[in-house]
Amino acid sequence: MLWRPSGATEKGTAMATPQSVYAGRTASPPARRARRSWTGWGFIGPFTLVFALVFLAPIAYSVHLSLFQDRLVGGTTFVGLDNYEQALRDSEFWAGLGRVSLFLAVQVPVMLFLALLMALALDSGRLYGKGFFRVTIFLPYAVPAVVATLMWGFMYGTRFGLLGDVNEALGTSLPDPLSPDLVLASIGTIVTWEFVGYNMLIFYAALRVIPHSLYEAAEIDGAGQLRVITAIKLPAIRGALVIATIFSIIGSFQLFNEPSILQSLAPNAITTSYTPNLYTYALSFSGQQHNYAATVAIVMGLVTMVIAYVVQLRGMRKAA
Amino acid sequence: MHKNTARALRGLALACALALGASACGSDDDGGSGEQVSADDVQAALDKGGKITVWAWEPTLEQVAKDFEKEHEGVEVDLVNAGTGNDQYTALQNAVSAGKGVPDVAQIEYYALGQFALDESVTDLSGFGAGEFADAYSPGPWNAVTQGGDAVHALPMDSGPMAMFYNKKVFDKHGIDVPTTWDQYVDAARKLHGADPDAYITSDTGDAGFATSLLWQAGSRPYKVKDGTDVTIDFGDAGAKTYTDTWQQLIDDDLLADTAGWSDEWYQGLGDGSIATLVTGAWMPANFESGVKDAAGDWRVAPMPQWTEGEEVTAENGGSSLALPAAGGNQALAYAFAEYANHGDGVQTRIDSGAFPATAADLKSKEFQASRFEYFGGQQANKIFAESAANVPGDWTYLPYQVYANSVFNDTAGKAYVSGTPLADGLKSWQRKSADYGSQQGFTVH
Repeated sequence: MLWRPSGATEKGTAMATPQSVYAGRTASPPARRARRSWTGWGFIGPFTLVFALVFLAPIAYSVHLSLFQDRLVGGTTFVGLDNYEQALRDSEFWAGLGRVSLFLAVQVPVMLFLALLMALALDSGRLYGKGFFRVTIFLPYAVPAVVATLMWGFMYGTRFGLLGDVNEALGTSLPDPLSPDLVLASIGTIVTWEFVGYNMLIFYAALRVIPHSLYEAAEIDGAGQLRVITAIKLPAIRGALVIATIFSIIGSFQLFNEPSILQSLAPNAITTSYTPNLYTYALSFSGQQHNYAATVAIVMGLVTMVIAYVVQLRGMRKAA
Repeated sequence: MHKNTARALRGLALACALALGASACGSDDDGGSGEQVSADDVQAALDKGGKITVWAWEPTLEQVAKDFEKEHEGVEVDLVNAGTGNDQYTALQNAVSAGKGVPDVAQIEYYALGQFALDESVTDLSGFGAGEFADAYSPGPWNAVTQGGDAVHALPMDSGPMAMFYNKKVFDKHGIDVPTTWDQYVDAARKLHGADPDAYITSDTGDAGFATSLLWQAGSRPYKVKDGTDVTIDFGDAGAKTYTDTWQQLIDDDLLADTAGWSDEWYQGLGDGSIATLVTGAWMPANFESGVKDAAGDWRVAPMPQWTEGEEVTAENGGSSLALPAAGGNQALAYAFAEYANHGDGVQTRIDSGAFPATAADLKSKEFQASRFEYFGGQQANKIFAESAANVPGDWTYLPYQVYANSVFNDTAGKAYVSGTPLADGLKSWQRKSADYGSQQGFTVH
């Protein structure tokens, strides 16, 4: 991220340079040369300014914060990379990262597979009430995550919630979804419910733009529906699959809303360092450790970038 | 690759320069503390008038602010709800470090006051003559605002001497006696749960405030603070063992409802008899009246169960004070307001609207003790509360960073509620985590 702006600036100078050289050769008055070189800045200036203000400054400020330590006793001191060293040795941080990685490895494939299945079903043209299903499956995405989690939290309640009612009606004793062993799976269920429609829509949109002539050709060649899916549809929407995967990876690593809200219902199952984002939040708001929180956030950002980049590289190489 | 690294470094350098420039604009405004301000100065400020900002979530202050404005012409009180508890402390901490938008008066709970007293971000009120109020307040709250020293970091606003609220209907139905000791409490829990598998003696999912209160009552003194920065944390004393031995039985035999406090399920449980008792601070009645309307008349108040039969020891749970942030403006006027609300006429106004006072005279007054609670079947519950207030041992200390410590209670001790970890071990890991944080923050931790 950091090298992009300087790249943009260089492009700006590169544009201006040949003009100046040209102007120098024809021996124009210096005043004109100056005006010309400012014209380029005039074009890129507004962008550079906004870019620096809203993208670079916050990152720079976080980096700045991460190099200091503010103690209750002793005040603020410059500590160099000490916070980073601490983060690398912080078992709570790595446990949280491990947890979201597990979440990523299980929840994302399940969700994307379901989304793909639904998109293919809608696209097959053999479904009645296509429009109705499309909207209904997408609807959970329109429900705010906070409301969705509260609703699911109520359903998960073993005493007075829906699960409690089911247990009472059927005489069963289903395990508590908010117990430490199951709570990650319960969060996964909520997130899948929320985002399956969103991903389905991405896939469906990609499927719609495949030219019909390909299907006709396949039919002439005697290909069945399954063959059409594996040989035409899936390769054609690979780009969409990669994009959805990257979004999901970022989403998993930034898991916050769902565990944060369920925490009040299951305070012992969801610790303050349950996910890296929750950990950063707790560090800065309960522990007043803004500096260390910034460090954890930066490390987490780097990890996310690397993984997303690797996935993108792999996805695109296959496409080529 | 090499070129990219060089570019990245250049970008980083620029970024740092930018940020360093920005951070240099911080304010270094520093308020003094412990200065002498005479009663005349305060009176002069009142006569002169002006505007003060008060950050508080205590609802009874609204009427107090109105009365104060009426009494002193030209004085304007801007009462702001900047969040409850931790949210407000974060906002206050941020305002103090920014040196901007700091309120003149702020509500701070007793357990959190240490953190603000430590870096002197609240004014020492002994300079205003508040040191003379020692006898005006009950021992728990007064000790909380002075922390055993000469400085007065805030004026006590309310208090939470503990008592046991119990659902009489449930106890009568199953023929269970109201427990007076914690051992009887465990027996009652077994009997109740045996008679009705849906009913529990109480709900507890691990609450730092509740646990520290029980430790307080059991004679444990896990926290010792010397000179503000020398901290001892030890959950290994006899009192702590008394508490964990008893509470472990309740956990092991599944006698505690795992309903988180203040959740919808919790209120339902209090209403339908599945949560039969609640041992908490005397500020609770108003919450019963508003949150558990259906069970009006079912509940009664009894003294807190004792660790040793025949003793009369209680503890505080909750309660808050009004402090004057050092970076706030008009301190004389701010003090006048805090004094009016917590020591002067404002106290009666707040009692009338349901608050539980920290002032000794009011707790002892006949009128206060004689008042009947319709909700508790006409019981004179204040008698029990006032007695409890007088029986709170005054030597309890919280950590100077209790806000953080409480936030990690469920990460550590909370494990005892959901796994095989014994509560005593849970407390040990809470101790470790609190100690680690203390060392990191520059305290000397033993």
